[in-house]
Amino acid sequence: MSSFLVHPLTLRLVSVVIAFGTWEYLGRIPISPAFPTFLETMTALWGMLMDGSMISVYPATFQPLLIGLIISSILGIACGVFMGLNHKAEWFGAPVFIVLQSAPLAALIPLLTFAYGIGLTSKIITVCIMSMPVIVLNAYTAVRHTPTSMIEMGESYLGSRRQIIMKIIIPAASPVIYAGLRLGAAMGFIGAILAELLITPTGIGDLITYNQSIAEYDKMYAAIFSIMVFAVLFIEILERTEYIFFRPDKRVTQ
Amino acid sequence: MSAAAEAVSNNAQQIAVEVEHVTKIYPGGVEALNDMTIHFPKGELTSLLGPSGCGKTTLLKIIAGLLKPTAGKVTVNGVDVTGPGKERAFVFQDFALMPWASVMRNAAFGLELQGMNKSEREAIAEKYIDVVGLKGYENLYPHELSGGMRQRVGLARALAVNAEVLLMDEPFSAVDEQTRRKFQEDILEVVDDEQKTFIFVTHSIEEAVYVSQSIALLLPRPSRVSEIIRPAIRRDISPDAIRRDPVYLDIVERIWQGLRTYVE
Repeated sequence: MSSFLVHPLTLRLVSVVIAFGTWEYLGRIPISPAFPTFLETMTALWGMLMDGSMISVYPATFQPLLIGLIISSILGIACGVFMGLNHKAEWFGAPVFIVLQSAPLAALIPLLTFAYGIGLTSKIITVCIMSMPVIVLNAYTAVRHTPTSMIEMGESYLGSRRQIIMKIIIPAASPVIYAGLRLGAAMGFIGAILAELLITPTGIGDLITYNQSIAEYDKMYAAIFSIMVFAVLFIEILERTEYIFFRPDKRVTQ
Repeated sequence: MSAAAEAVSNNAQQIAVEVEHVTKIYPGGVEALNDMTIHFPKGELTSLLGPSGCGKTTLLKIIAGLLKPTAGKVTVNGVDVTGPGKERAFVFQDFALMPWASVMRNAAFGLELQGMNKSEREAIAEKYIDVVGLKGYENLYPHELSGGMRQRVGLARALAVNAEVLLMDEPFSAVDEQTRRKFQEDILEVVDDEQKTFIFVTHSIEEAVYVSQSIALLLPRPSRVSEIIRPAIRRDISPDAIRRDPVYLDIVERIWQGLRTYVE
């Protein structure tokens, strides 16, 4: 019985129940007429899923999100790894990305709209500027922290520079690179929604603003809730791919 | 004998590794080695023993070609060392195993880097996994092994590339005492069977006396070879008998007396 109570799955469930229970309670007080209860939100979510109004908007959100994330992942990892391997690239690149990571990038969105218009390009760039710095900086740190003895091992067994990078440095860095990808993906979701709220209302951002404007708060929260669920699922899937492709050893521990 | 001490083994013996007047000054001005000359006889296990700071690991890495000497040269079988080479294999203090690779892939990794195909290199690695006593563990990952077993994988990797010279950098220092003793006994068998030259860095006097045919006693500030000791220990008796053998104990004591002034 006691082992059941502290089982990770039980604990996770308890934490979810507490969070949703609190939501339900606060909605029932109510703390604001614009704050629906958990059950109202779920009912609205169910309704929107059934009548197709939610599913039909997702492609519009996912298009800039996925394109942006793919660009930032490929470009970000490449930049980060290169900076980790090459001191000149580090000098050149690290300050830029450190500033970008700490700057409030949402403030740049009006500028992007000015430069690239209100179309897909602006939204993709929004996703990229949100997600790329953390991906780059993680990849860079990870490569820089490859254990010295492992690199010496590669050298002493006559590995070429290319072999050492591909067979030792990248796999050794993969856990931290993946941590960066997960954070980057989370930032990318924020970027995609920000773009839809600040540039042009499309996709899930449109669903949020529209329902807000007609005071259908349960639907508005249902839309927000759905994008959060997607974000969590996406990041979870990303974590699984790491185990499959780079770290077979981690599957053994689980 | 001068400060730049020298070491010569038994007259008749062939020399595998020659270190001639090697000086190493690290960037920043730290002098790790100063005009060191030492010769390592073929087919024997020679220990580099000394307190920390005497440059023993630096010397080993220079022999391995992982570090470049500031002055002087190293030759292996008469050929100058300019970098890592096929005839030398390194065993690392922290094992340097790849955590994402199985015992098999780790042990075969030296061969993998040489471009040998999978079935061929795994057949060779399998043999040496057996030699180091890890048969049956081929598919486990390093984190599933004890420290001692991990170093056995490191040793299998070094044996698999079939190098003539094995460079071991404090291989047992991260291994617990019981495992270490068993490992020391096993290493004697490997030295007997493999007919390779072993250069073995350690800071343990007992370990050096137990496993070595000769011990180069290094002293720091300035780093130099203070003495070459060839422990004349009977090898035909049991490991426990050796550890109680008065000859063994006398040599340990003598080395300790020589070193104690440097251990402050």
